[in-house]
Amino acid sequence: MTDATMMDVAPTRRIDFDSAAAQNRVKARYRAEARFRAYGIAALVVTTLFLVMLLGDVLIKGLPAFWQHSLTLEVSVAAADVDPQGTGRPEVLRAGDYTAIVRRTLSDRFPEAKSRQDRKLLFGLLSSGATDVLRDRVVADPSLVGKTVRVPVLLSDDVDLYFKGASTKIVDRAGRGILTASAATGEITVSSTSNDFADELVAIKKSVKVRADAMSTEADRLAAVVHDMAADIETVEKSLAAARSSGDAAAVERAEKDVANRRTDLAAMQAKVTENRDAARELTRRFDDPKTPETLDASLPSLLVAMNGGLVKITRLGDVSFQGRVLLPLKSTADAAAGSWKLVTYQTPEANRRVTDQEIAWLEALRADGVVTNAFNTAFFTTGDSREAELAGIRGALVGTALTLLVTLAICLPLGVAAAIYLEEFAPKNRVTDLIEVNINNLAAVPSIVFGLLGLAVFLNFFDLPRSAPVVGGLVLALLVMPTIIIASRAALKAVPPSIKEAALGVGASHQQAIFHHVLPLALPGIMTGTIIGMAHALGETAPLLMIGMVAFIVDVPGSITEAATVLPVQIYLWSDLPEVAFQSKTAAAIIVLLGFLFVMNGTAIWLRKKFERRW
Amino acid sequence: MDAHVDNTTRNIVDTKPKVTARDVNVYYGEKHALKNVSIDVPERSVMAFIGPSGCGKSTFLRCINRMNDTIPICRVTGEIKVDDRDIHDPKLDVVQLRARIGMVFQKPNPFPKSIWDNVAYGPRLHGLATSKADLDAIVEDSLTKAGLWKEVKDRLQDSGTGLSGGQQQRLCIARAIAVDPEVILMDEPCSALDPIATAHIEELIDHLRSRFTIIIVTHSMQQASRVSQRTAFFHLGNLVEEGSTEQIFTNPHETRTQDYITGRFG
Repeated sequence: MTDATMMDVAPTRRIDFDSAAAQNRVKARYRAEARFRAYGIAALVVTTLFLVMLLGDVLIKGLPAFWQHSLTLEVSVAAADVDPQGTGRPEVLRAGDYTAIVRRTLSDRFPEAKSRQDRKLLFGLLSSGATDVLRDRVVADPSLVGKTVRVPVLLSDDVDLYFKGASTKIVDRAGRGILTASAATGEITVSSTSNDFADELVAIKKSVKVRADAMSTEADRLAAVVHDMAADIETVEKSLAAARSSGDAAAVERAEKDVANRRTDLAAMQAKVTENRDAARELTRRFDDPKTPETLDASLPSLLVAMNGGLVKITRLGDVSFQGRVLLPLKSTADAAAGSWKLVTYQTPEANRRVTDQEIAWLEALRADGVVTNAFNTAFFTTGDSREAELAGIRGALVGTALTLLVTLAICLPLGVAAAIYLEEFAPKNRVTDLIEVNINNLAAVPSIVFGLLGLAVFLNFFDLPRSAPVVGGLVLALLVMPTIIIASRAALKAVPPSIKEAALGVGASHQQAIFHHVLPLALPGIMTGTIIGMAHALGETAPLLMIGMVAFIVDVPGSITEAATVLPVQIYLWSDLPEVAFQSKTAAAIIVLLGFLFVMNGTAIWLRKKFERRW
Repeated sequence: MDAHVDNTTRNIVDTKPKVTARDVNVYYGEKHALKNVSIDVPERSVMAFIGPSGCGKSTFLRCINRMNDTIPICRVTGEIKVDDRDIHDPKLDVVQLRARIGMVFQKPNPFPKSIWDNVAYGPRLHGLATSKADLDAIVEDSLTKAGLWKEVKDRLQDSGTGLSGGQQQRLCIARAIAVDPEVILMDEPCSALDPIATAHIEELIDHLRSRFTIIIVTHSMQQASRVSQRTAFFHLGNLVEEGSTEQIFTNPHETRTQDYITGRFG
């Protein structure tokens, strides 16, 4: 039949694809499709962006924690300190005073730190676990006693952060004039032949001006308040007059008291205004006179002068001379020629850092000595938790996690798979199994904290199992993961085509043989995938473990499933709560490790699925 | 109702029957799928079950090795005997029954294992051979009987699912005959195959007839006439007519049979 005859027979319902309406429909469809694609891409971009931001933030914060700074010092292990009787016994050596050895080495390097305060500051550079390596070495090799040993000495977390560049930016420029220092140590006066410090002085004066402006603004604000208060007092006085004329003694007394109080407040406020105005005026006067020396305080960037092999911190700055305190002693008081000295600026004000100028001076001197080393922080993976950030590691949490997950796996894999096989292949389909099925699905949606409460009530309170132990954590997580594994296993079993089972039955295999010989092996990759994803879920779980006491501060690495332990996510939670800056970095580092494990586990699941994926 | 009883009594064959069924009824829940079927299947011959879709021929086939037991809502009444032994006897082990009555399914369903494992699974399960050499012999014998040996002898360790459709179905037949069953049930074994593979299988069935009792369900009248000695026609759950293939195709007693064979319905 040709088109022409068709048209003749039934032309009414034929679509005219050339009509404007039809073309508009096509265009509208194209637009809708383009729009939908755009939504999809936008969603993807936003998601990727968030993911990159999250990962980037964690990596930037966490990666530095995998490296740690220490001093490599030559220390002489004096027998008097570690083993006065010369026994050579490990327990004696272990109890030796290694701190004294390391401290002596440090004091020898900076003999000028004599005062109690200075020495405290100097020794504060070191971690409280600074001597651990030295002790371990000497205990392992008693022949080291009496010899000079080269050992790494761990620095404190603040110092470590300083070396990682978290504290302050340091800039310096060469001086132009000839410097003359009044003395080599203590508080000294230094003068230059040129106006070397004019720029710095101007900068400081500018900050003085900023403060002056802020103060006068504050004074203005307070003055406005004073004005309002004065107006209020007038009102109250009027009501006092009214009370007097009406002769109400009680009201008069009340009003008089009110007026007196308000007058006192007003006076105080007026004093504040005056105070602010005076201060602002004084600061402005200092700003207006470019020659007046300025006193530097901790709220301004620190200015220092490196001359004659020493370092002087400027306390009061003029344009051609300054008063200062010597941080590192000058080698001589001879004149320092132009270009041989430097003006150093620590840009972050001292008040805003966790290391003082004196400490920075020492640390920079040590850095110049070449004894500061930055090495991979293996201790992070080999030690347990600690209150000192530089000593804290995740070994305890890692072992705790491994033990907990082992318990979880040992319980929920056999139980979960057995339950799945029974429910899927053997159980009669009736109300009871329907009820069980619905409840398994419901269990998968129960908030994890509820499992924690259950664990607390049943395992700890009823069965009296040890608190904080991986065995209880594993039991609770097994309950949590079981529904996931049952559901995944059932889905995997269901996905095996029934023809395989029929084939096995057809050659005379029993139902059970057909399932164990053919169906289960084919479902195993799916079961494994489900199990790994379930375990990854358990790996990241925190809430239920808090309920059973796995949130305790535990230093020791657990040796068995009944010892107190913590797990990685809980360790992250604990560290994230600590105020020390260094712990923020440790938190991020632990997150990286946790994410690494999750990626590996999920990667394994995907790999298994791909490797054993079959098509029928 | 009476007509069917008449049918069966009239068609009792001369040779000793291998499978005898009397008044078999099958219910799927409320649905009465098979009604009062009585039939005798002679030994060492091919019997074809024909009929339109949903007529109950596959259901009846699956009764013979009690495959319907795996369907929870399915209920079977009546008596089926294999070698005069009631297959519903509670003392009889259904698994042993299935080992004696092999089955080939509509869609080739080799295990996703090697060709060797596919064939050796049954003999190993039933302890027909213990040593690897014995198993090798059984595998070769079965594959040769199934006409597949020449094609796969160099790749016995390859996966059975990697074969072509026709080869897979012959592998399934080899798997079925590896346990040396007495009866082989074939449920539309060629429906998923092309004509050349079908011809292969039909030739194979003709060969196997000398050793096994074969019952084949087919939708193809030509196939039934080519491979079978006896044919049974099912319609709407009833066994309408059963007789020698020649008689059914040339001179059917029932008009329904006549109509179906000539293509007037179905």
